Amino acid sequence: MANTVFQKPHALCDVPLHYCPGCTHGIIHRLVAEAIDALGIEGRTVGVASVGCSVFTYNYFECDMVQAAHGRAPAVATGLKRAEPNNIIFTYQGDGDLAAIGTAETVHSAARGENITIIFVNNAIYGMTGGQMAPTTLPGQVTQTTPYGRDPQYAGLPVKICEMLSQVDGATYLERVAVDSVAHINQAKRAIEKAFRNQVEGKGFSLVEVLSTCPTNWGKEPAAAMEWLRENMIPYYPLGVYKDKYADEKGGSK
Amino acid sequence: MAKISFREDRCKGCGLCTTVCPKKIVQLSRDRINSKGYHPAECIDESACIGCFSCGTICPDCVITIEREAAK
Repeated sequence: MANTVFQKPHALCDVPLHYCPGCTHGIIHRLVAEAIDALGIEGRTVGVASVGCSVFTYNYFECDMVQAAHGRAPAVATGLKRAEPNNIIFTYQGDGDLAAIGTAETVHSAARGENITIIFVNNAIYGMTGGQMAPTTLPGQVTQTTPYGRDPQYAGLPVKICEMLSQVDGATYLERVAVDSVAHINQAKRAIEKAFRNQVEGKGFSLVEVLSTCPTNWGKEPAAAMEWLRENMIPYYPLGVYKDKYADEKGGSK
Repeated sequence: MAKISFREDRCKGCGLCTTVCPKKIVQLSRDRINSKGYHPAECIDESACIGCFSCGTICPDCVITIEREAAK
């Protein structure tokens, strides 16, 4: 008698993903679906898709999905949560969406302490539009619009969302994770599940920032992109829990 | 004893699974292509698989399923 120990989670639709080979969106989608499965909340979960490559998340999750205008996913999630407080509302946003045009919605939904879950995928570049500089692009990083590397004198410095939101009193749980290795993926899985569990328990605003890759626009092979993430992004964006209001409780982080 | 299976038509040949296998038994096929036109991942020695599902964990496309014999 064989037991299946690893397979596609139920909350993830059985369709091919449109993402490029080696794109870590697929891994993060699976982690979100595994969290929905683990908590048994698929029937009352509503996701909010952002703008960018991840706009097609609405085709990939079995739960209901809404598509928000660029950057406005936390505002749409606020409305959904207030209209149907028993539903579990999550947004899935990239860095070009959440950290650029959607900064105001992100900061203010945190300040209001909305009981929602945000999955923030940071790959330091605009993926869908062809690899332009994003607010999270590292100093010196080559993109389509910074062909000689991002010059902080001219283009400023990256936005660090977890550090910034940790100063907002209304936020409940902030953690930065990565998906460059099996150990880090397992940690990301725990963080995402906790962010959903916080909402189920009514604890408030939870955001998980996931450092991810964009092999196509970084111009790297998938495995080399993982290496680049490890060597360049993690030192600049340190992993860890940035805020956990309930850390002292049993089941708190770490 | 673990059984690994690949849904080959979903594989995009990114090769991430080949970088994490502790037994180095997951490789991209050299002589076959799938319906997408990629060289799909395959297991070259199923008897050596320990069922750790590292390959499945890092696969972005849910290509891999792992079964293990239930404890007697």
